[in-house]
Order: sequence, then structure tokens, then C-alpha cells
Amino acid sequence: MSVSIEPTSVTTRSDDPAPAKGANAEQALRPHAEDAFAEELQALAAADDRPRPARWKLSPWAVATYLLGGTLADGTVISPKYVGPRRIVEVAVTTLATDRALLLLGVPGTAKTWVSEHLAAAVSGDSTLLVQGTAGTPEEAIRYGWNYAQLLAHGPSRDALVPSPVMRAMSDGMIARVEELTRIPADVQDTLITILSEKTLPIPELGEEVQAVRGFNLIATANDRDRGVNDLSSALRRRFNTVVLPLPDSPEAEVEIVSRRVDQLGRSLDLPQAPDGIDEIRRVVTVFRELRDGLTTDGRTKLKTPSGTLSTAEAISVVTNGLALAAHFGDGVLRPADVAAGILGAVVRDPAADRVIWQEYLETVVRERDGWKDFYRACREVSA
Amino acid sequence: MSGSAVRPLLLGVRHHGPGSARAVLAALDATRPRAVLIEGPPEADALVALADDEEMRPPVALLAHAVDEPGRSAFWPLAEFSPEWVALRWAVGHGVPVRFIDLPAAHVLALQGEDGPATPAAPEHDTGPVKAADRARDGDPAGDRSARDGDSPRDGSGQDGAGQPGADVDGVGCEDGADRPEDPADGMRVDPLAVLAEAAGYDDPERWWEDVVEHRGAGGDPLAPFAAVEEAMGALRETYGTGGHDRDPVREAYMRLQLRAARKEFGDEVAVVCGAWHVPALRQRSTVTADRALLKGLPKVKTEMTWVPWTHRRLSRFSGYGAGIDSPGWYGHLFSAPDRPVERWMTKVAGLLRDEDLSVSSAHVIEAVRLAETLAVMRGRPLAGLGETIDAIRAVMCEGSDVPLELVRDRLIVGDTLGEVPSTAPAVPLRRDLERQQRALRLKPEALERELELDLRKENDAARSRLLHRLRLLSVHWGEPVASRGGTGTFRETWRLAWEPELAVRVAEAGVWGTTVLSAATAKAESAARDATALAEVTALAEHCLLADLPDALPTVMKVLADRAALDTDVAHLAAALPALVRTLRYGDVRGTDTEALAGVAAGLAERIFVGLPPACSALDTDAAEEMRRHVDAVHTAVGLLGGVPAVDPEGLRARWHGVLRKLAGRESAPGVLRGRSVRLLLDDGALDTDEAARRMGLVLSPGTGPADAASWIEGFVGGGSGGLLLVHDERLLALVDAWLTGVPADAFTDVLPLLRRTFSAYEPGVRRSLGELVRRGPAAGGGTPGSASGPAAPGFGDGLDTARADAVLPVVRLLLGLDPGPAPDPHPDHHVEAAA
Repeated sequence: MSVSIEPTSVTTRSDDPAPAKGANAEQALRPHAEDAFAEELQALAAADDRPRPARWKLSPWAVATYLLGGTLADGTVISPKYVGPRRIVEVAVTTLATDRALLLLGVPGTAKTWVSEHLAAAVSGDSTLLVQGTAGTPEEAIRYGWNYAQLLAHGPSRDALVPSPVMRAMSDGMIARVEELTRIPADVQDTLITILSEKTLPIPELGEEVQAVRGFNLIATANDRDRGVNDLSSALRRRFNTVVLPLPDSPEAEVEIVSRRVDQLGRSLDLPQAPDGIDEIRRVVTVFRELRDGLTTDGRTKLKTPSGTLSTAEAISVVTNGLALAAHFGDGVLRPADVAAGILGAVVRDPAADRVIWQEYLETVVRERDGWKDFYRACREVSA
Repeated sequence: MSGSAVRPLLLGVRHHGPGSARAVLAALDATRPRAVLIEGPPEADALVALADDEEMRPPVALLAHAVDEPGRSAFWPLAEFSPEWVALRWAVGHGVPVRFIDLPAAHVLALQGEDGPATPAAPEHDTGPVKAADRARDGDPAGDRSARDGDSPRDGSGQDGAGQPGADVDGVGCEDGADRPEDPADGMRVDPLAVLAEAAGYDDPERWWEDVVEHRGAGGDPLAPFAAVEEAMGALRETYGTGGHDRDPVREAYMRLQLRAARKEFGDEVAVVCGAWHVPALRQRSTVTADRALLKGLPKVKTEMTWVPWTHRRLSRFSGYGAGIDSPGWYGHLFSAPDRPVERWMTKVAGLLRDEDLSVSSAHVIEAVRLAETLAVMRGRPLAGLGETIDAIRAVMCEGSDVPLELVRDRLIVGDTLGEVPSTAPAVPLRRDLERQQRALRLKPEALERELELDLRKENDAARSRLLHRLRLLSVHWGEPVASRGGTGTFRETWRLAWEPELAVRVAEAGVWGTTVLSAATAKAESAARDATALAEVTALAEHCLLADLPDALPTVMKVLADRAALDTDVAHLAAALPALVRTLRYGDVRGTDTEALAGVAAGLAERIFVGLPPACSALDTDAAEEMRRHVDAVHTAVGLLGGVPAVDPEGLRARWHGVLRKLAGRESAPGVLRGRSVRLLLDDGALDTDEAARRMGLVLSPGTGPADAASWIEGFVGGGSGGLLLVHDERLLALVDAWLTGVPADAFTDVLPLLRRTFSAYEPGVRRSLGELVRRGPAAGGGTPGSASGPAAPGFGDGLDTARADAVLPVVRLLLGLDPGPAPDPHPDHHVEAAA
């Protein structure tokens, strides 16, 4: 009847006295932010003489510097973690310093998760208090669960309670993270309301509650284009300050991101290297950007915006697709015809409205453009 | 800090700085000077009393213009929160004499004319008269060029593409002459504020000034800030001299002379309100002779001065005129809010958003205030400024979206406050310009209504027409166009003229748009284009611009038009806009205007219609189908006209339009009237031969099609006035209709009867009779194929063709049709000739 197995012993390896997290860091495929950038965090903490909110490892200023990069007085170079408007990072960090939660919105591929991980690492020194939101996320993932063996043996007690990452963050005054908040079913989302407004988590089974310690806050990420399946209730929404992470600013940056990712993907799929693919990539990125922004690159003509996301991630998949087509059915060179079908698929999500938008774009912009004749013809063929 | 002891009292301010304005008020209340001297044109001394008028509401501007040349003008805008305005009101309210002490506008305008707009070193850099070079003469759209002192005009510097000059940082200029040097060619200009800000560790000089002066709380010695500013400016001027502002010594010499005169008159108890940059120069001791020497030989021009209403939008940098602050609404709020400016501001924003049906609770306001204040702390600012509040509003109230934020920016941060000027203010230059033109064109304003016939081929008449059209744009409805009696020629216009007394008020109101009729109409047209809500409004405006000959407004109007067209998803709107646009194009062509941009827009509009039309023609009810048919007709005509414009690729356009019509003709889901119409239009254009048309008609009229649908197809195909002739001449088509009609079942007949009646009653009586006779005669023996050389003809015609007589007419017909002389393969011309014979 005595339960000798401690729940924690499962994760601790017998030959390693160090905490589990640290032990894994070196062999991990992808180390946590606080491990990968431990030196920078240390240097910042040493140089940081500004006031820190309760239980923060760094001052808000230092957190912003950690994300945006810079050079410290002692010459330590802090690498930029997020390349984008300074304002966004400042608002995000400031929000965490108030008692409002932070909601990072953005289309897929805008570094929402990346930013939230680094914010948590810099503020709390721990980015692992994470709830992954899915359609199947249960209430236990946000509140607490039970160790049923303990529960049956000893009845309800604090020992039988399995705290969620959010609960642990509350009791330790840390930053908790919720990924893909809008994918979580609405009734489960609602459990966050009390946590965020009352800063307390009642445990009716024990007649107790866990009160959030100063320093607790929550970062949630969500997709703002298709908004997942469960839109946030206004009651929950009101507890968040919203920061929208923008898509890459310049076309060059986006072409760079796309070609780098395509290269990586292509290698893992064993696709042959395509020479001169960069022109076609540039074209795909241009088309995506123009339709997304509703404006041609020269800024002269406005365009209607189709219903699809047209994110960088989709541009990457269009190009990868095109490469596969070129490799298996073409001559190995990425040609307009190889990407045309993919672009059509990405742009025309709603067969009626989007098709008109796409054809308008073809006829008023693409047709007139120098050097785009092949592309125009290829698109006409697949659209017809 | 011996500032309070020093006489005279020199109050160095930042133009349009709310903090400066408060400080000035406090200082004046504390010291109660016997006279107030303000940096500004001395000609305005006579207008001071009006500042206390009940009807006077800032923002207003002092407007100086050359008497003989109203286009040459300069503005000194004053907002409620301008220190100069505050000083002016204080003095008038306390019965204290006011003197404006800057260089007289007479010199300013003369120098302006001398320099020409492109020369640097225009006189005022600080109190910022917004100079209006004669745009009319330069062909520049906005009547008021705001040349910053010394900067070369920054036309086209990205101001909403309106071709308006760069904003004027002048008046704003954080200090006198504190304009940031944006002209890279001018290496020696100094931005004193930037130097001070840099010393304080700020990268943005404006923000530094806001932090140390504008956002500083009240309390303490009211004169202390001025002493500090004077000290800082003194140090700067020791280092930089005039800082590259070449006219400064002249202006400052004049100010010193005026100051001296005032001290002689009122003693030492005078206060001077001027740009901070000038304070050290006014303090400096120099001899009267030296100052007089500097002022010697300045050119002069006869000027007039008046108050004109101004707007917050115009104070902002966004509009082309700007006196150069980008947030007049925010400044106004800072000035008028008695306390807790951030809290009050957030409450205002929440109110605005609620009015727009966005849910914003008090909790949102609380959180926004907290976020803004925390952000300010994080950024190391003493008080949350505009930047912090914007960030907080976006994150808390707007859910991260910029769309509602734009609203806040437009309504609150800039604001649409409009100033008012008492009716007793002197006449605006626009009035003078109008009077001049009325004289020159011999067009007297008379109350008696009369009609005026204009022949646009005559120079004077054309100019009159342009003037009347421009005035109409400015809502000065002196003349109303009426239908011409002299036929439909485009060179004739008829107007009904009547000069009502209230038109004088209209002219005064229109004065905000510019100083000449041309520049005002141009500015008004551009503004109207931007504010227009419907596409058709913009097209009408484009047409109006051509009539009023406002070439400089066209680029803006065209840009707006192209944008509207690109975003409009309703094909009917696009189709309604195209005909007017094409008309405009043709008309502009006649007038020799450069219409290339217009042609591009028209062609783009046509393409969008082509793409959107077929899907838009599905699932329409009878009324909608009828309306769409009208649109198709209009587009067809427009495409035909567009073919005559060189800048468009007419063949490609026509071919694509035919493609659209073909698609429409074969689209089963489109209403019959549209399908029939498409076939008809293709047939008329020769893109479809008669056999094919007959085949299609046969398909539609075959028993498989419902009688109602067939009847509406017939309406589309042969409806309208000219449809009857088609049936008269092609008996095959008539036979098809005849056969179908006799085959319609009795119970369906009553359903199709109204449709058919509508179709056929539109024909001319003669055509109806011919048709009736043809039907009574029954199918012709020879088939009656058009162009067949023999066979029985309709009653009243001889048998067969008299080819010799027909041939004789051919040369004339070719001439009329513009065909090459030679044998014409097209049988239609002879056919028609035969019919006409």
C-alpha cells in the first residue's frame, strides 16, 4: 500500500545529480532559450542596474535589449532574437510588467512562439512552463490534475495534486506560456478568466486555493488570420493586451527567409538542387506580398486582398512544391509553370471571390510587367 | 536664475507648443506688462482687435498677400494652444497694447518673389509664415507653397502624392530656426534643438523638447523656464551664430528696432513673445545705426492682411499646407485639459471608439492608462507622450489592430477642428482674384438672372467657362450650366448666371482653399477626391477637373480613382464609372490635355470589369438583369470609344471584351436578356457572323428552353430602338422568332406577352409596320438572306438589286465609314444602302 515511487523520479536520471533540464540541454535537438543564450542572460543581469519588478531576473529594459540585441557597457554583444519594430517588443515587455496578460497575434511564421519563449526565458529564466493548445487540451492542462494512485491511497491532498504549468507559474511567480490559445475549446479557455482577473486558482476538492505570487504572468500566442476554431470570448480578450507581430518588412528579408527554408526542406526531401531558383522565389514572394498588402511593389496600384493567409510559410511550400514538380516531371530547373499551380492554390481559397481577385491581378498587374510574360502565360493556363 | 529681474521680459517659445503657451500665460499673469510684443508681421497690428471678437475661433491664420498678385501670399497660423495666440488674447483681454514686431509682410512677400521658390533663405524660418508662392503662375496646384525658411521647397516629398509641397515645419519649428535640416545640400544649417537633445541623450529633438518643456508640470517660478531656455539658446548661438539662417540678422534687427520703439513708448515693462532662437539676439546690445543699416534697401510690395479660418488638419504635417505639427489634436488636448491629461485623453479615445460601435469598457481605459504610464517609465520619459498613448491604445483598446487606430489618429490626434473668423475681417485674396478675373473676362456679377452662351472655340469664352466651372467646384454657384439650345456640339455651353449676395460669403469660405481661384479649385478638387465615398463621385470629379481645366488636380484624382476602382468589388459601380471616364478622356483629348494617366486608369477599369462581369451576371432577378444589361451596353460603347485613344492597346482591349461577351453569351446561368444582348453586341461588331447568331437564336428558341427565358433572350437580342431593323433585314431571324412564337403553348403565352410587348413596342412605328407586313407575307421564297442579289423584296421594292445604282453610292459610303477606297468585301454597307434607297 505504500507508494514508494515519487512522481518526479521518473524524469530524473539516476546517474545525473543535476536537474533534469540541465542534463538534457547539451544533447537536446533544440536547447531551451535560457540554455542556449545563458551567457548573454548572465552578462545582461550583471550589467543591469535598473529596478526589476518582483521575481524578474532582469529589468524590463534589459529584457527588451535581450530580444532586440545591442552591445553592453562591458563590450558583450547581445545578439538580436527578434528582428522587427522596437515598439512591439517594448509594449510586450511593459505588458508583462503590469498585471495584464500578453497575447501575441500573427499569421503563422511570424515568430510568435519564438518571441514568447525568449520573453519567458529573459523574465523568469525559465521558458518551460508551457501549455500546448490543441482542440483536445483539457481543463487539467491549465488548472491541475490528480495522481490517481495517490488519490486512491491517501485521499485528496496536496501530494496527490498534479499542478499544471500555469499553476506552477502562479505559485512560483513565473511566466507561463499558452501556445495556440484559440485552438483550445472555449470552455477550457474560460478557466483562464479567473486566473487572469482574480489571480487565484481555487481547489474546491481541498478547500484551498493557489494565489498567484507577484511576478506571475501569462503569454499566449494565437493565429490572427484564421483565428483557430474558437474565437476568444470578449471577457477573456479583455484580460489581454494584444500585440500583433507583423510579417517581414522588406521583400529582400522575405526572399532570404524563403530561400533558406526551401533549401533546408529540399535537402531533407532529397530534391535535386535547382539552379537559378532565386528568380522564381523572388517572383513568388512578390506575388504573395503584393496580394497580401493589397498594393503593388511600386506603390502605384491598389489590389484586392484574397481570403487566404499568403504567409511566408505558404510561399515556402509553394516553392518546395514547384521544386518537386521541376525535379520529377520537368528538367530540374524551377520554371514559372512549376509554381503557377501552387500559387493559384494558395491564392484562390474561396472559388468565387478569390478567383476574380486573382484574375484581376493577372490582367492588370502581371500582364503588363516586364519579364513576366512566361509567368503570365503559365498562370493563364492553370487558371483557365 | 536672474531671469525675473531682467527687463524687458523676453519669452522664448516654441511655436504651437502647448507647454510654451501655458508658460507664457503664467508669465504674463505674474508680471502684468504694459505692452505685449509678438513675433509676427506688423501689418497685423490693425487686426488685433478682431482677436477678441465673439465670432473668432482658432485655429485661424493671419494671411498676407500682395495686392496686385493674390497668389503671392504667406500665412501665420495660430491655434488655440499657440503661445502667440495666448499672448494676443491675454493682451486684448487686459486692454494692453499689442505690437507685432517681425519683418513686415511687405518685405517678406517682396523677398519671396525675388528669391523665387527654389532659392534657399526665404525670410522667416520660425514664426513660420507659410509662404504661398504664386502657384498659379508656376502651375503648382496648391496655392500656398510652404517653403520652409531656407530649405529648398520639398515638393513631392511624399505628401500623399498630391503634388503638394512638403509640410512646413516653419511655424512649428521647435524653436526658431529649430527646423531640422532636411536639406542635405545645406550643410551649415544647425538644428539647435537637435544639438540640445543630443546633449541630453535624446535621438529625437521634438521628443526632447516635449519632455523638458511641453510636458513639464505647472508650479514654480513662472519665469524660470524662460530663463533656462534663454540660457541654452544663448550658448547655442554663441557656438553657431545664425545657424545658417541667412535672413535672421535682418529680422532680428527689425525686432530690436521695434522693441526699442516700444520701450520708448511704454517703458521697460514690455513682454516679447518670440521664437526661443531669437531671444539671445534681442537681448544683444547693438546700435540703432547698425540695425538700420541691415534693413536698408529691402524690397517692398504693397500687401493686405486679414484673418482666415484655419483647420487642425492643415496645421498637421499630413496635409500639404501644414504648419508642421503632426498632432494638433493632441496638443490642443494637452493645452485644454485642466489636469490628468493622459486619463482624459484615454477617456476621449474610448468615447470615440464606442461611438463607432467598438466595445471599450472603463476597464480598458484603466489598463490603457497604466500601460502608457509603464511604457513611459520604461522608455525613461517623465510623462506618457503621444507615442506611449498610441502604443497603449493599440494594445489594449484596438486588439493590436491598426484600423481603429487610424480613426483615432484622424479624428483625435489630428482632429477636424475648423476655425472661424468674424465676418468683419477684411476680404480674402480669393475675392480680389475673382474680381480681377471678372474684370478681365468682362463678366459682371449681376443679381439679375440671365443666360450666357459660350462658344468654347473663342479664347475669352473658354476662359469664362473655366472660371464658372472652377467656381462651381468651390461651391460658389454663380453660374449653373443649362442644356444648350444650339445642338449637341461640345464647343457650346449655356450658363444661367445670377450673383446672389450670399455668394460673397461663399467666396470668403472658399478662401481656406487658396488665394486664387485656380489654386483654390485645385486644392478643393483634390480634397474632394480624397473624401469621396463612391467611385462615380470621383469620375464625375475627374470630368469636372477637365472642364475647369485643373491639370494639377488630375494626378490626385486619378490616383484616388484607380485606388477606388481597384478595391470596389461591385462590377455595377465600375461599369457605371467607365462611361464617364471615357467621355472625360475624349473631351480632354479635344482640349489637348495630357490624358495618358487617364487612359491608363480607364483601361485598368475596363480590365477589372472584364474579369468581374461574367461571375456578376449569375442569379439576377429581372430588374437586376435589366440594369446589368444597361451596364453591358454602356461598357460596350465605352470600349468602342476607348479604341480611339492612342495610349490604350485598342485591339487587345476589344478582343478581350469580345471574349467576355462570348463567355456571357454561352453562360447558362446568366439571364436570357444578357445572353441575347451579348450575341447582339458581338454581331454588331462583326465578331460573330449572322449564321452563328441565327444558330444561337435557334438554340434558345428551341422547345427545350422555357418560354419566359426565350422571350427575355429575344428582348436582349433585338430589344431597343434599332433591334427592329435587324429583324426587318434578316428574315431568317424573323422566321425563327415567328416559328417560336407560334409554338408557344397557350398557357405560357400570357406570361411572355408583357416581355414581347415591351420589346416590340420600343420600335419605331415604321419598323413595326414593315415587320407586320413581312410576317403577314410569310417566309420569303428565296430565304431572304441578306446580301443575296436576287429574290423577291418587301412590298414597295422592285425585284432584285439594281447593282449599278448601288455601286454609285459606294464611294460616299466608304468615305463615311473611313474605309480605304476599293472593293469592299463587306456586304452590309450595300445592304443598308439598298434598304435606304
